[in-house]
Amino acid sequence: MYAYILRRILATIPVMLIVAFIVFSLLYLTPGDPAAVIAGEHATAEDIARIRANLGLNDPFLLRFGTWIASIMQFDLGTSLLTNMPVSQMIGQRIEPTLSLMLPTLILAVCIAVPLGVIAAWRAGTKVDHFITVFAVLGFSVPVFVVGYALVWSFSLKLGWLPVQGYAPIGQGVSRWFQHLVLPCLTLSSAYIALITRITRTAVLEVLQQDYIRTAEAKGVGRHAILFVHALKNASVPIITVIGIGVALLIGGAVVTESVFAIPGLGRLTMESILRRDYPVIQAIVLLFSISYVLVNLLIDIAYTFVDPRIRY
Amino acid sequence: MSDTLHPAPETTSDTVLSVRDLTVSFGSADYWKPVVRNISFDVGANETVAVVGESGSGKSVTALAIMRLLPKATSRINGQILLNGRDVLDLPPQAMQALRGDEAAMVFQEPMTSLNPVLTIGFQLAEALKWHRDLSNAEALAEARRLLNRVRIPAAERRLAEYPHNLSGGMRQRVMIAMALACRPKLLIADEPTTALDVTIQAQILDLIRELQADGGMSVLFITHDMGVVAEIADRTVVMFRGDQVETERTETIFRQPAHPYTRALPASVPRLGSMRGTELPVPFPKVDMETGAIQEPEKPTAAPARYQPMVLDVQNLVTRFDIRSGLLNRISGRVHAVENVSFSIAEGETLALVGESGCGKSTTGRSIMRLTEPVSGSITVDGFDAKSVRGPDLRRMRRSIQMIFQDPFSSLNPRARIGSSIAEPFLEHGLGTRAEAMEKVAEILRRVGLGPDAIDRFPHQFSGGQRQRICIARALMLDPKLIVADESVSALDVSVKAQVVNLMMELQASLGISFLFISHDMSVVERIAHRVAVMYLGEIVEIGSRTAIFENPQHPYTKRLLSAVPIPDPTLRRGPSAAAPLELKSPIRSIDYVPQKREFREISADHKVQVWGSEWETEA
Repeated sequence: MYAYILRRILATIPVMLIVAFIVFSLLYLTPGDPAAVIAGEHATAEDIARIRANLGLNDPFLLRFGTWIASIMQFDLGTSLLTNMPVSQMIGQRIEPTLSLMLPTLILAVCIAVPLGVIAAWRAGTKVDHFITVFAVLGFSVPVFVVGYALVWSFSLKLGWLPVQGYAPIGQGVSRWFQHLVLPCLTLSSAYIALITRITRTAVLEVLQQDYIRTAEAKGVGRHAILFVHALKNASVPIITVIGIGVALLIGGAVVTESVFAIPGLGRLTMESILRRDYPVIQAIVLLFSISYVLVNLLIDIAYTFVDPRIRY
Repeated sequence: MSDTLHPAPETTSDTVLSVRDLTVSFGSADYWKPVVRNISFDVGANETVAVVGESGSGKSVTALAIMRLLPKATSRINGQILLNGRDVLDLPPQAMQALRGDEAAMVFQEPMTSLNPVLTIGFQLAEALKWHRDLSNAEALAEARRLLNRVRIPAAERRLAEYPHNLSGGMRQRVMIAMALACRPKLLIADEPTTALDVTIQAQILDLIRELQADGGMSVLFITHDMGVVAEIADRTVVMFRGDQVETERTETIFRQPAHPYTRALPASVPRLGSMRGTELPVPFPKVDMETGAIQEPEKPTAAPARYQPMVLDVQNLVTRFDIRSGLLNRISGRVHAVENVSFSIAEGETLALVGESGCGKSTTGRSIMRLTEPVSGSITVDGFDAKSVRGPDLRRMRRSIQMIFQDPFSSLNPRARIGSSIAEPFLEHGLGTRAEAMEKVAEILRRVGLGPDAIDRFPHQFSGGQRQRICIARALMLDPKLIVADESVSALDVSVKAQVVNLMMELQASLGISFLFISHDMSVVERIAHRVAVMYLGEIVEIGSRTAIFENPQHPYTKRLLSAVPIPDPTLRRGPSAAAPLELKSPIRSIDYVPQKREFREISADHKVQVWGSEWETEA
């Protein structure tokens, strides 16, 4: 098994290189000249040419890619074109709100969606199942910003229980931090919960038809153990897969959610940088998101071997 | 069935299970169709009662009803089921759960799918003990180890941490039995526990159940379709036919003086080993009318295929091995020697049966001949073509001469394609004619295999298992093949359906002169259909010869063991504990540098060769 895990880790290296290449060329190919952005509106053509030369923008594509990769290897993500701050420092300032949003959302979604899906499968065809299914369809089809504004309107504006928007760092008190995160987390998790619930229901329903479930019943095993040990463990491969795929959904959702709730996280930084054409920052953030996604998938592959002993490549 | 036919036996104090007027219906809200009607029988303490019948006769439904394992929403149970004096049908779900696995336990047919693939053997064994006996984890595991020893699984300690996929079919069924016996139930319900297993493993499992019953004081309700197994194990027998109980008697009486026509028909429709003694050529199964019990003897064949003609299939020194890779660099760490130095030939109009236990390489031999698996070395000549080197148009020509039918007629037909287009496909694929010509031929071939032309526009799910296998045969016939490789083609079918399909194959052979390579583990079917037999063990042919030579004068210890393991449907010939030591099939996995032993063959008669065996068989011979 360790050989398998090691092989999987090694296999992610070329994947990450390809991701880096795509991220780099995406920005290379987009119209707009960073030099012109830096030079400002009143710059002459000579100014722009000088800045281009300074930035190395006249070098051939592959050389620029190589230089970029080499500096990333040394954890140098470059300098922002506008603020002149190191990009790594800018990301460092913005990462806490985003992690505070995404990690609790992930945990909340899994803790709600998996039991919900299992119950729907157990009660398949009954009112309980229909209710859960309708809820899941709704959660998936209503856009994130609509869910967000609806929650703000009811819980903050009408009931006044929670702050409307903003973010309080965890260092300034856990309770304030928590209050500011309740609505964003609920907003972000709605689609994610819907997705995991649906897949869990389908996977568990299929497993419940299997012979070994009947064997467990014939042994006199209780309902909970049948559902959550015998069935869920067998159904977990597709569930884990969708939890992983859903991380991409979370990343996209975080950008929108941070805008709706005015949270100064990476999502907002992405938006701001795109509007300002701050290329080094955009590159670094997209690369960061992509690599976290590759790592999540690596974790999923490793998780498979723990839930299903038959998986060996 | 009226009560006068089956006077309810007096329920005595030592009756463990008493079933009265049991009716089970399937359906929903307003339409309920009874599938089991008015069943009544008793199982006494320490007694073994067999429930016998074909699929669809309601025997498994009866067993599941007793355990109340039928889905609540779509089934309804009426009548009375007394287990140790308590009516199971009146128990609340909690009490029923406490009873299952404790007072009554069940073993299922499919050991491959009845164990949870992602939980360890130890966990699954310990589970029942933890639920019913309140044991701690460590105590339960210790007990699980003892149980594994009791069902004679070697290296029990190591097995506890393993998963079902690490174990062979026979081992898994032993684990199932160990699991059922964990809480020392008063009643064991065994639903076709040996049907999916090889005969030698079946004999061991039957021995095991008998032995455990003897020292545990346990009653057994044994569900089976195999009259041989019934004769072997049951004290009393309940015969079921299409949901009705047609006869309940002592097993000897069932065999000696069957009262009901169906009971009379049943043993006649079952292939019985030894029934062909003294007959040189294959003989079709007698046609048995299940309703009246009338038996129509088959016509005897007239001529044997001449073996001096050019052979349709000639296989010389065939070797097929699979690499096993492991470790960080995926290096080859060993090889499966699936087929080792196999040689045989089949003449026109001849059937060669390839027999042996699962894992002996008989299917791989078939697949290598079809080139579905690439052999390592050896020569294969099909209808004059060298199968290993033929390319291009000749390869297509050769593929037309050799067709294959598989074991599972359910999964070998495309569920979304109409039968007509499934059958026509090979014909059109080989460009043998227009679509209209193909359809004409399809209709003709369907008639040949005993199906109406209306089958063309229907889908696979609208046919029974036997009909589907006929469709698969029809598809193979579309290319007018010289040879059909039939890989366990009748193993999954019901007894009477099996007889019909075997008869069809023999009929086609007589009229079209087709040769068959009949791959099977079922000795009693082989005895009917084969002209010649090759016995395989661990990838090698250990004995080959005419059917009479193999069945009436077996030489190799393995052939002898294979034949003696087949249960005989006659309770007076009941064997004691079988002489053969419980031996698992040895593994054909070898290290990379393994060089197969040079084998020599001894000629017993003109068409009968046996491998010279070594000391490993001495204890048996």
